[in-house]
Amino acid sequence: MNSIKHEMRRRKIKEFGSSVYHNKTALVGTIVLSFFVIVAIFGPMIIPFSTLDFGNPEDMLQAPNGEHWLGTDDMGRDILANLISGARVSLLIGFLATLISMGIGTLIGISSGYFGKAIDNILMRLTDFFLVIPWLPLMMVLAAILGTSIWNIIFVIGITSWAGTARVVRAQTLSVKERQFVERTVSLGSGSFHIMSKHILPNVFPLIFANTVLIAAAAILSETTLSFLGLGDPTRASWGMMLHYAFESGAASANAYWYYLPPGICVVLVVLSFALMGYAFDEIMNPKFKER
Amino acid sequence: MKLLEVKNLKTYFNISSGQVKAVDDVSFDLDYGESLGLVGESGCGKTTSALSIVQLLPKEGKIYGGEILLEGVNLAELNDGEMQKYRWNDISLVFQGAMNALNPVMRIGDQIAEAIVLHQKVSMKEALIKAGDILELVEMPRDRLMNYPHEFSGGMKQRVMIAMALACDPKIIIGDEPTTALDVMVQAQILNLIEKLRKEFNMGFILITHDLSILTETCDKIAIMYAGKIVEIAESEELFKKPVHPYTNKLIGCFPDMNGERKLKEGIEGAPPNMLELPSGCLFAPRCEFASDICHQSMPETVEVGPNHYVACHKWEEMINGQ
Amino acid sequence: MRRKFIIKKTMYAIITVFIVLIFNYILFRILPGDPLSMIMRNPRATPEMVDTVSALYGLDKPWYTQFIMYFQNMLHGDLGMSFVYKSSVTGVIATKILPTLWMLGMAEIIAIIVGIFLGIVAAANRGTKIDVGTLGFSLVTYSMPTFWLGIIMVSVFCVGLRIFPVGGMQSPGMSFAGEGAQLLDILHHSVLPIITMSILLIGEYALTMRNTLMDVLEEDYILTAKAKGFSRKYILRKHAVPNAMLPMITIIAINLGLVIGGAIQIETVFSWPGLGSLMYESLSARDYPLLQGLFLLITISVVLANYLTDITYSYIDPRVKD
Repeated sequence: MNSIKHEMRRRKIKEFGSSVYHNKTALVGTIVLSFFVIVAIFGPMIIPFSTLDFGNPEDMLQAPNGEHWLGTDDMGRDILANLISGARVSLLIGFLATLISMGIGTLIGISSGYFGKAIDNILMRLTDFFLVIPWLPLMMVLAAILGTSIWNIIFVIGITSWAGTARVVRAQTLSVKERQFVERTVSLGSGSFHIMSKHILPNVFPLIFANTVLIAAAAILSETTLSFLGLGDPTRASWGMMLHYAFESGAASANAYWYYLPPGICVVLVVLSFALMGYAFDEIMNPKFKER
Repeated sequence: MKLLEVKNLKTYFNISSGQVKAVDDVSFDLDYGESLGLVGESGCGKTTSALSIVQLLPKEGKIYGGEILLEGVNLAELNDGEMQKYRWNDISLVFQGAMNALNPVMRIGDQIAEAIVLHQKVSMKEALIKAGDILELVEMPRDRLMNYPHEFSGGMKQRVMIAMALACDPKIIIGDEPTTALDVMVQAQILNLIEKLRKEFNMGFILITHDLSILTETCDKIAIMYAGKIVEIAESEELFKKPVHPYTNKLIGCFPDMNGERKLKEGIEGAPPNMLELPSGCLFAPRCEFASDICHQSMPETVEVGPNHYVACHKWEEMINGQ
Repeated sequence: MRRKFIIKKTMYAIITVFIVLIFNYILFRILPGDPLSMIMRNPRATPEMVDTVSALYGLDKPWYTQFIMYFQNMLHGDLGMSFVYKSSVTGVIATKILPTLWMLGMAEIIAIIVGIFLGIVAAANRGTKIDVGTLGFSLVTYSMPTFWLGIIMVSVFCVGLRIFPVGGMQSPGMSFAGEGAQLLDILHHSVLPIITMSILLIGEYALTMRNTLMDVLEEDYILTAKAKGFSRKYILRKHAVPNAMLPMITIIAINLGLVIGGAIQIETVFSWPGLGSLMYESLSARDYPLLQGLFLLITISVVLANYLTDITYSYIDPRVKD
């Protein structure tokens, strides 16, 4: 019984993989994202400049040239080097924040759907609150109170972005609960935790997965924005921090496009690839969309 | 001249996995004041036939051949713009009751009247007056013109649909499962209403259904469709008394007979063929207990087995003699 | 049914506002950054000063008394004193409301009109270049940090092309010939922030409109309309668009929270003297009472706006569902 289930799951994942491969949108997204992940992992090992290497006064705000391919910032640091080490920080924040968000969203969604009644009501009011409350002001206030560190940023993004996931997971849990096998398991006297983790979770998982991609996109954008507003970790140069410094140093008025464009382009590419993947997953998982 | 003549209609769907011959070489005709029942399992092409007549096929579908003569005018040759003035004015449709066929954010009066304004070139005010008259014709108070669709029950919505279909005094009404999803009482009311109006206005009526039992009292003629083809067509009484095609026999066996004697329903074994990989020979052969070699090899011709009684079956003689 | 719906929505709105108040209270009193620890951080603070501040904020009273005090002050519109402006938070906020309303209002109007129009054109020409272009535009603007687009706009139009003035709402130190000239100056300053804000919204509205409309076009009543002999144009205008507009209203309301996030960034980049840049300022200066006041105002406005949308919706849509 179990081995059949595993085999079915394995086959489903394989089918999913081949759908991704055949879906151009998903493929482009995956390739771009993989590129950035590889850069984030291995890039910092091979860059010839130290990111904290302040240059000489004459190195400040240089346009792209033979030595500094993407030019230098107002402190004489190499932009490309910063970009590469920033990839690691930005992606790490995005990844961990998404993990927290998905964890909370799944937990609240499943509990709400599974237990129903008063618990459902309370959890859904809470979810509504997080859905309706303006995101950025909330994050700004939390980040301001907690202080600027990379971990606080991760925490703040994670804790404020789970509401949408909770909603979706709750709806799916309700429909799974309706199905017979859960009823049967309940009558056999299995505990709630067992039912939720063994029967409901595997069934809501595909949904969670599709949602993850969109949350990740939002998390990276949030990090960029918070850092830009001066709430980032000054000791770790994410793309958002680069943009913060660029803005503070007046790169726009100085027309130092090589300073403020590249970090933004990287953010756009990563977020866009997440968005493309999300769009494609939706298409693959809701075949109704495809046939019409 | 007949009101409507469909000759050798071929409507195919081109989908990603291949070509589906949803309607293949279908012919029938309809006279003024006459009613025709089009019966078959779902997916047999009955709805596609109806949508072909008014050219409302989904974009994958296309008419590949045949003629659709409405009082001698071949509708199959018209483009969408030319077709627009025939739709509703000459041929109107009543869709399935369960369908969401009425616009939820528009008052039903406006929905009926807009068609009158379009085709009869009258003012909205006059059209609304006429819409009220029609509503009374389907036995509903005219003040309900001001209501929205969600304020009606299923049966009432279906009456509104019929009123709407009558709006422009069409020559033909096509009912696509107009009473499916309604309870038996309401079903009978709706069908009686259509009957009454058809006779009153001398309209042609095509009733599409999967339920043979509702046709007995309603239709003059019945055509049985299977996998995109008409396998048997005859006058109602003749068809019920002397069904020839094995498929027709099975269908009739599927519902309780008229004397109220509830015979055990005899389901039809097997499933309709995969429309992408049609069998060679007779399409029903794989499910037919009488099938022999010839049935699996060649497509049967349509033969006239009695007055206005046509059957496409190799075994028609045996079938008649066997009874 | 509508009454039940309104009562339910009103109850939910009240509960949400209440959660906002409690949340706000906890956030600023119990976490670091409460008035006491602010004053304690001052090395010259004497024990007497600490006591005075405690008494002033009621910090020596039990927590429920404190909460009631906080609530009473709130009802009187007393949000405390701003550290930076040395005046009442309510007063400081009041002067900044109009510029933000003007900027956001104009941007929303432009975005709604253009977004809906684009969405309709894209859905009606599905799969064509217009459709793909609209999709691409929506995806790219969705992926863009708002402030970054602002920076690009400033450097292209203000620094590079010099078409628009850099920053602010009025040219500093200028004497105007009359009110007309002053108004013109304000308009001139408004163009870029408004356009930037609307660009970000257009993509979202266009995409939503496109997808909703495409779903509507698959509905059965569209087939009915076709069967009635109407042209594509008429069906789109009279049957499809009105049905697609209803979900749009909800999307616009839900989006309000995001719009405010965008306003904070755009006002910061363009030095627009509104609530957004005030929030940025209070954040940089760690002016907690001001930050708290702004946060409260913004969240409650968004909750109320959503509530009003729900109620309006129940009157526009003939089918009010629970």
